[in-house]
Amino acid sequence: MDAIKFVQEQSSVANEHPVFRPGDNISVSYKIVEGDKERIQIFKGDVIKISGGEGNKTFTVRKMSSGVGVERIFPFGNPNIVEILVNKRGKVRRSKLYYLRELVGKKARIKERKFIKS
Amino acid sequence: MTSIFSTDGKNVACTVIEVEPNIVTQVKSEDTDGYNALQIGAGEAKEKNTTNQLLGHFAKANTSPKRKLVELRNASFEKALGDSISVDEVFSVGDKVSAIGITKGKGFQGVVKRHNFRGVGDATHGQHNRMRAPGSIGAASYPAKVFKGMKMGGRTGGKRVKIANLEVVKLFPEQNLLVIKGAVPGHKGCYLVIEK
Repeated sequence: MDAIKFVQEQSSVANEHPVFRPGDNISVSYKIVEGDKERIQIFKGDVIKISGGEGNKTFTVRKMSSGVGVERIFPFGNPNIVEILVNKRGKVRRSKLYYLRELVGKKARIKERKFIKS
Repeated sequence: MTSIFSTDGKNVACTVIEVEPNIVTQVKSEDTDGYNALQIGAGEAKEKNTTNQLLGHFAKANTSPKRKLVELRNASFEKALGDSISVDEVFSVGDKVSAIGITKGKGFQGVVKRHNFRGVGDATHGQHNRMRAPGSIGAASYPAKVFKGMKMGGRTGGKRVKIANLEVVKLFPEQNLLVIKGAVPGHKGCYLVIEK
């Protein structure tokens, strides 16, 4: 019996987030606790990387906030993530989109992945 | 080690410890031994690797040979010879416990790693080979010796230590698992004494 795997399975909350890939534009709604108040904040941006596996898998979302690039790392198992919405599927050629950090404005756009209907 | 999320969304680093039921192999009392203690055993040992003397000792408690024997002085619970002690009998979630074990051996180490010295001087400005040096170890013609216990390089790790104030995060009595917040001494698969 793999004890660590067992503990991880027992303690992780089943979450049904949609499948997304690097390059996708997503909105992450997460709970913020301030004192005894709770509110939900939305972080909208492009997924620039998915790293780790099993218990410590995380994804990084990058957005431009008043001209400054902001990146946030979210663990997949975090119970404070209420919902993830996929706004746009992006067409990218690598799994880690670090090149976006050097680009601003129109150059930092990601082409949309078009689905061909059969 | 692993990490689990608490209910308030905090990622807690924790250690998973397998606690098989411990068997009481001897009950020591003030009348016979001069002090009160419980001797408990854990881990299966091969019969061929156990001495005849110990085999007889285990036979008295009506149990298989054990690898580790530990004495608990003035234990807070009453047990008879041959009884088993399970995790959930002793611990509950939220308890503060301490873990006693033997740390990983690190071999011969310098003073920077062993005693958290800072080394001497700079990396540049003409300096060389002083970055991890211990510096002065004493004065000159008086006292004309190096004091005993001076911190120097040497064998590091492999020592018995006790880590106190660790919190029990989770318990799985059926799987004999104990999940503790933080790190414990020793390598993977080593034996520990967990005290409340």
